[in-house]
Amino acid sequence: MLQSRRKFLNSLLSLSGIAGLAAILYPVFTYMLPPKTTEPKVNLVKAGMASEFPNNSYKIVKFGRKPVILVKTEDGQFKALSAVCTHLECIVQYKSDTHQIWCACHNGIYDLNGRNVSGPPPRPLTQYNVKVVKDEIIITTIG
Amino acid sequence: MKKFTTNLVSWLDERFDLTPVRNLLQHKKVPAHKYSFWYYLGGVTLFLFFIQLVTGILLLLYYRPGEDSAYESVRFIVTEVKFGWLIRNVHSWSANLLVFFAFLHMFSVFFSKSYKKPRELTWVTGFIILVFSLAFGFSGYLLPWNELAFFATKVGTDIVGILPVVGEKLKVILRGGEDVTGATLSRFFGIHVAILPAIFTFFLVLHLLFIQRQGMHEPEHFNNLPEEKKKYISFFPDFALRDALLWLIVFDILIFLALYFPWELGNKADPFSAAPEGIRPEWYFMFMFQTLKFLPAHIVFIDGELFGVLVFGIAGLVWMLIPFIKIKERPNWKIQPITFIGIVVVVFIVLMTILGYLL
Repeated sequence: MLQSRRKFLNSLLSLSGIAGLAAILYPVFTYMLPPKTTEPKVNLVKAGMASEFPNNSYKIVKFGRKPVILVKTEDGQFKALSAVCTHLECIVQYKSDTHQIWCACHNGIYDLNGRNVSGPPPRPLTQYNVKVVKDEIIITTIG
Repeated sequence: MKKFTTNLVSWLDERFDLTPVRNLLQHKKVPAHKYSFWYYLGGVTLFLFFIQLVTGILLLLYYRPGEDSAYESVRFIVTEVKFGWLIRNVHSWSANLLVFFAFLHMFSVFFSKSYKKPRELTWVTGFIILVFSLAFGFSGYLLPWNELAFFATKVGTDIVGILPVVGEKLKVILRGGEDVTGATLSRFFGIHVAILPAIFTFFLVLHLLFIQRQGMHEPEHFNNLPEEKKKYISFFPDFALRDALLWLIVFDILIFLALYFPWELGNKADPFSAAPEGIRPEWYFMFMFQTLKFLPAHIVFIDGELFGVLVFGIAGLVWMLIPFIKIKERPNWKIQPITFIGIVVVVFIVLMTILGYLL
């Protein structure tokens, strides 16, 4: 009788101990997860004058908080793609000699439509729309 | 002076009974044999840790974490503060030497089989210390907030995100958000100067206690000698003085490196610029980096990267638990299986590191 009462009290004690620990650990763990900041949704970004942009070159444009790579091809066409490599999130660049998008971190290569051609990238780069209105380059999301 | 010391010691002795300390100083012996040199590597690593502690505290006097201040404050340290360049260079170089000597120490322990019973836990704590040294290196690398550090941290934390189930949450916790930003810098700063030192010191103290408790490992060939042929030197002062001499030599090398090969600060990190050409991690992560580079995007069902990370994780765990794993000895083999495994590991690490710099 005494034994089982002791057993009961012991398990009650360890149970409340675990509950107490959880009550401490839960807030601590939740505290470590940063709160989600609501970012203003960006659908359109102006990226300078088309005539001032040299052929066969690129620049990285801020699209809200995301980097977008804007390329002007040799024949004067504009291409805009997400600049975040789908492999490990490095920022890609345009190689003017091979006319490809290249990631310096692990040698990932994409074509100008964002397709992953070689190296470790598992997915293509997201495409953006580019329009030139009155010489102004305008990048918009697709869809 | 001498009288004062004697008085002080007896004053302390009366109150705290210093017999254990006296015993340690008088009776601790170190075996003397042809491989004795390897006994000194742990001490060198410890010495470099002290240097990290002192220079790290000094850097804290001027360093200011933050997206707009970290890079600027490090530049201030190396250009404006008197001897600031020296303190920073010593901190960077000493960090690298520390990792180097820790690896050397680990492999010497491995090949002399000192990790075997009764020293299993000394090995385990030592391995944990090494892992935390790497974490020190990784977190400290970001603190100057330069281009290389920025992308290294992006890649490194993204790899954490690959892990199944917990990966994504862990990545967000490490980064302090979805991306590597000033929030990441704050967290890495806290990890580097508070969390890691606390954990590291705990395991270091355990590691040293274990060694004091058990004494130096005697290798097999030494153990097989008849008692009268076993030679020892006293730990104090003989071994300690030799230790001190080696510390002095390492200190000279460290200062030489800090003076003639200053650590570059590079360009300030810019989240909206392309990763620079020739980007690579610190040399001690190179073998892993290079291996991941060789893996294809997909291996059977899973991501190549995840496959690589899992293999490295499991290999690390097995390596840590090696004292508990029974591997049959083959008396008539020239090289024992366990030694062979060690050689394969060393060759792999060295080869991948070299390839990483060549390719």
